Amino acid sequence: MHFDSFAAFIDMGGYGFYVWTSFIVTFVGIYTLFIEQKWRKKQLKLAVVKENDRIQRIKKAKEKASQANSDE
Amino acid sequence: MWKWLHPYAKTEETYALCGRLYPWFLWPAIALLAVGTVWGLAFAPADYQQGDSFRIIYIHVPGAMLSMGLYAGMAILGFIGLVWQIRTCYMGIAAIAPVGAMMTFIALFTGAVWGKPMWGTWWVWDARLTSELILLFLYLGVIALYGAFDDKIQAGKAVAVMSLVGVINLPIIHYSVYWWNTLHQGATISKFDNPSISSDMLWPLLLNILGFGLVAGALACRRLQNEILTREMRRPWAQTLLLSNETGAK
Repeated sequence: MHFDSFAAFIDMGGYGFYVWTSFIVTFVGIYTLFIEQKWRKKQLKLAVVKENDRIQRIKKAKEKASQANSDE
Repeated sequence: MWKWLHPYAKTEETYALCGRLYPWFLWPAIALLAVGTVWGLAFAPADYQQGDSFRIIYIHVPGAMLSMGLYAGMAILGFIGLVWQIRTCYMGIAAIAPVGAMMTFIALFTGAVWGKPMWGTWWVWDARLTSELILLFLYLGVIALYGAFDDKIQAGKAVAVMSLVGVINLPIIHYSVYWWNTLHQGATISKFDNPSISSDMLWPLLLNILGFGLVAGALACRRLQNEILTREMRRPWAQTLLLSNETGAK
């Protein structure tokens, strides 16, 4: 361990603000990219589910309509 | 000889490959970054001139190296895509660009935050900094250009050409510290025969460089998967995959 105490570790020889800002921004930035992709996948799933439901609804409505026609 | 590559022109195969590679990128990356960062922050000795502020090097240099490496990767994909007309390569460019932009941002941001205490300024229009800023604009240009076309084959061709043209910036960034009298310091580790850094400072840096590379790989895999799914949303395999709860990729 290079530092004598935890306080000295946080202080970084007076450069604490600069060092910690760099590291926090870097890792938050990288993490954001992962979260973004997770979100994008979720959106894609929702879109496909919605589209699929719509196709099913149209199919059902058509069946109903043709049923009604044949009943007449 | 290159026959094993052919199936990957089929997006479904590439999607599966990315899914298989992802954990092999992600977990070693987390392990390397954890060890490298803790080692660099807490155990490496302080620099004799810069004190503890030099510890920013453990993210600044990996970010900068990856910003250039990823750009080179985009250009190679662009070349392959244009020559052999493989659209998976275009998707690869679209997948890598935002990761590269983030790495460039990291290099610039940590550089500014490092520059303030060491040089007394956040920013100077020095050759290294300016050429790296141009790299960020190239990345943003690629992202914007890809988004500007509805026809993604056209978009892919456009960004492939742009990536290839932008490669001229890479040697400029690399040699800027030799060609011009810059404020930015010279190379630290690329002088392999005689690196100007002591080994107990060098090791955590190497771990973090590798870690950043693997993180970028993991992100590129994930992005490429989502890009493929977006393009192939109407295909049966993609529909099945997206509609099932068990996707193999959270």
